[in-house]
Amino acid sequence: MSAQPTSFERFINGIIPENPIYRQLLGMCPTLAITNSVASALTMAAATTFTLFCSNIMISLMRNYIKSHLRILVFTLTIATFVTVVDKFLAAFMPEMSTQLGPYIPLIIVNCIIISRCEACSSKQGIMPSMADALGVGLGFCLGLVSIATVREILGSGTWLGYTLLSSDIWMGWGIMVLPPGAFLTLGCLLALVNYYQSKHKASVESQNKTTE
Amino acid sequence: MTETNSEPKNPSKHGGYLRQAWLILLLSIFYGGLLAWVQITLGPIIAENKKQATYRQIPDLVKGADVGRTVEHVICGTDKKEKTVYQAFNTEGNPLGWVFPATGQGFADTIELLVALDNDLESITGLFVLNQKETPGLGNYIKDDSEFAKQFIGLNGNRPLVAVPLAENGKNQITSLTGATISSQTVCDIVNSVVTKYRQAAKDAVKNP
Repeated sequence: MSAQPTSFERFINGIIPENPIYRQLLGMCPTLAITNSVASALTMAAATTFTLFCSNIMISLMRNYIKSHLRILVFTLTIATFVTVVDKFLAAFMPEMSTQLGPYIPLIIVNCIIISRCEACSSKQGIMPSMADALGVGLGFCLGLVSIATVREILGSGTWLGYTLLSSDIWMGWGIMVLPPGAFLTLGCLLALVNYYQSKHKASVESQNKTTE
Repeated sequence: MTETNSEPKNPSKHGGYLRQAWLILLLSIFYGGLLAWVQITLGPIIAENKKQATYRQIPDLVKGADVGRTVEHVICGTDKKEKTVYQAFNTEGNPLGWVFPATGQGFADTIELLVALDNDLESITGLFVLNQKETPGLGNYIKDDSEFAKQFIGLNGNRPLVAVPLAENGKNQITSLTGATISSQTVCDIVNSVVTKYRQAAKDAVKNP
């Protein structure tokens, strides 16, 4: 059995090397649907991170008792519970945001990011690596959502987190960016950019290795 | 052979269902308790938020209403269930209309809306979707498409509303959002239900306050 990654490696991996949006292409439903404003993106990222953090802790604590053929049932039960907690919290303390996000908060239950982390990490490792993994992946998801939302909100509305950056005198607002096609366009361009830098980085590492040899 | 395939196919021969599912049963009890606590703690705050949202909508649903003069009535419908409804008045204190909160099962989850009727409880003066979790891009337009709610204004509250692909004038119909009329028809059913159950009780509440 190969050695499992340490807590630090789990944390770092989740942010960039295994970024759920740019490297794994997971969680595409919220990525495309709620990134028309940075505030929505931050709320969704926080809700997902909380659910992932709590689920990873619970699954890690129970990992030695979960029967393998019942594991998906246990994962789903756990994730659904914490998503309901988040949904109620938003409805109580952030009612406007809760209305704005609508069905996308309950849809976290079927977000592949969380169930994949339960399967890949918390059902195999202890509580510390599982918590680090949740925080790393949550941060990576947040970076992905906020980067797309930043492009869409600035180009679509001329604002960032509600603050006006481009006044209506100089920027008319690119309407398509706040609509669903804007999400596909932005995601495609940012993915291409990430892939470009990734291949450039890989090539420079390989050339460095050849020089050393 | 995978680990999953090696699991017993007949639990009764390998220790019974309880031995297989004890963790899930325990988790269900624990998570159920957690959710009950969350509901008890946050339920009143959520209810208050909804009440405030209702008050914010009253001037739009009943034109000329003064929110400060709104009177709450707790009435009992034909199904023997109590409901708080809102009677709207203008600044002079003259009654203008009613706002009924209503809920019903949508395609994905419960739809919560406000139905406004004129003072005679005959004609619909407005409709607002407070909460919905319908399919994004299809059913969610019951809230996001302002034209959908506008169709209800002026329709007769005493006759059942029907969602059809293309509504005809004078037939108490509304044009559904998509070919699949589930969310649109659900909204019509909620309106029909709340008006039928609570109209008489609202009239009685004014006669015998």
